[in-house]
Amino acid sequence: MFRRSPDFWSGLALVLLGVYIVTATSGWDYLSPEGPGPAFFPRWYGIAMIVLAAALMVGSAKGATVEWRGTGRALGAWAAIAAGLLLMKLVGFALGFAVLTYFIVAVMYRRPPLQSALMAGGMVATFYLIFTLALGVPLP
Amino acid sequence: MDIASGLLQGFAVALQPTNVLWCFVGVFLGTIVGIMPGLGPPATIAMLLPLTALMNPAGAMIMLAGIYYGAKYGGSTTSILLNVPGESASVVTCLDGYQLARKGRAGAALGIAAIASFIAGTVGVLGLMLVAPPLARLALAFSSPEYFGLMALGLAMVVLLAGRSLVKALLAMLVGLWIAGIGTDPFSTTSRFTFGRMELLSGIDFVVVAIGVFALGEVLANMEARDEPKALPVPKGLRNLLPTAQDLRDCRFAFVNGSVIGFLIGVLPGAGSTIASFISYGVEKAFSRRRDQFGTGVIEGVAAPEGANNSETGGALVPLLTLGIPGSGTTAILLAALVLWGFKPGPLFIAENPQLFWGLVASMYIGNVILLILNLPLVPLFAQVLRAPAYALYPAIIGLSIVGVYTVSGSLFDLALLAAFGLLGYVMRKLDYPSAPLILGLVLGGAMERALRQSLMMSEGSLSILVSRPLAAAMLSFALLILLIPLVARLNAWRLRVMEEEK
Repeated sequence: MFRRSPDFWSGLALVLLGVYIVTATSGWDYLSPEGPGPAFFPRWYGIAMIVLAAALMVGSAKGATVEWRGTGRALGAWAAIAAGLLLMKLVGFALGFAVLTYFIVAVMYRRPPLQSALMAGGMVATFYLIFTLALGVPLP
Repeated sequence: MDIASGLLQGFAVALQPTNVLWCFVGVFLGTIVGIMPGLGPPATIAMLLPLTALMNPAGAMIMLAGIYYGAKYGGSTTSILLNVPGESASVVTCLDGYQLARKGRAGAALGIAAIASFIAGTVGVLGLMLVAPPLARLALAFSSPEYFGLMALGLAMVVLLAGRSLVKALLAMLVGLWIAGIGTDPFSTTSRFTFGRMELLSGIDFVVVAIGVFALGEVLANMEARDEPKALPVPKGLRNLLPTAQDLRDCRFAFVNGSVIGFLIGVLPGAGSTIASFISYGVEKAFSRRRDQFGTGVIEGVAAPEGANNSETGGALVPLLTLGIPGSGTTAILLAALVLWGFKPGPLFIAENPQLFWGLVASMYIGNVILLILNLPLVPLFAQVLRAPAYALYPAIIGLSIVGVYTVSGSLFDLALLAAFGLLGYVMRKLDYPSAPLILGLVLGGAMERALRQSLMMSEGSLSILVSRPLAAAMLSFALLILLIPLVARLNAWRLRVMEEEK
């Protein structure tokens, strides 16, 4: 029960981040003849992060529960966005964004394939018209 | 420059046709954003920020500020018709607004919300105009230690008032400070936290983090549910939207209460419009002759919080423009916008950029008039926005986010960072970590480190400089006190519980 608390795991992740920050600062000047070095400020907030995150872990047994319903959908949407961005890198914005829009409309909101395809095409065309043609802004 | 001539100069700027157009675009977009649940002003301003690089700074600032205060007008529509706040400041409007709508008085509730917003919003701008110039003159005496103290105080206020857990708010702020520290150290050219990536040497652009955490994070949170709530109908015709003479009489105190409390709370960093609206509602209820009816559909229960959350905008711009200290996520993004356009918000901002400051003030008077006109007769039209299907809205927001980030840097690496910060924003919402302290930490991190290191250079490494200068010492002591109060309160609650158990 204690170990499953989300606060425990987020606290642990932040303790690790704090340890990384403090460790990284060990390679930089803390104080130099000109004054405080690049390690000065990060080392202090790194230490503060370790202390506070550890306090969160210790107090996590009483932490509020998290409503997990719908998380799978949200993470699925995030994975689709990440994949869409990767696709944009390979084939350009138009095709990558069209596929991403089609996925959201057809798969996540269960709209008919034709409506989803029209939505995807319309969305890409609108972005192209507004940003590339009207504003002269480059698309990825 | 005195206030009258400043204001005249401001109106000369704000009444230029292009600036009137940008003011209209801003408040129009703001109203739509305010109506849409799940898309707040910080996300919208962050998405549009890169595009404003193409605009004249005065027009861009007028438009972004228009989105900021316009959203507050729009937020009430969703609260009243849907019982879902369009933005966080409208949460308390749901209590009486939705009950009025259920009784068939949606028109009166929407009308009084628009009128209270107009009156209090105008009072807020008046306060900004009167308070900002003298405060800026006072802040001219600040040096690095005072700035460090001021930023510590601002962060402490934001941490104290953001979210339910002080520890989580502090951790979010520390993560913001860490992200701000990524890149090349400006004093020594040491690379910090770059993981060996060339792309990180110049640091992470604020826009990438803001769009990721606010826009993508919000979209992901909203996509958890497939179903969308149904709105109550809006009465058609201006006559059905106007409150009665009795309604206006009942709201007299609410107009004053909302205007004054909203502005005063707005000036405090971190308090924000949500707290302003709750306090104003509480005061209204405490002094009302029919306090037992609050929550069942009382008209002043709509007027007071709606007034407060609009008056707060004027107050929130005071520390932003005179001290360079933002008090919320939205004002942090406005600060980033000013820096992006080459301005330095702080004590010299008004003196060095009178046209921008007074132009913004004058545009806010004009914007409030436009909003009143838009929100009274056109509310039924705006309410149609609530029918926009999520499957059309969310891909558009995702696309805008991608284009916004790419416009700033032209880097595909930043798009990967956008996805990472989107996930971070979602996880923070899920685990109840407030995002405002992270954004504030990110915005103030660089300046705060600079102020601290410059202070220590002045004192040849002695920390005593932070406590030997009265203003810096007072601000740091106050910041420490703010962070210790909840701890003392918790200890006291624990002591009382133990005493109770021992009995």
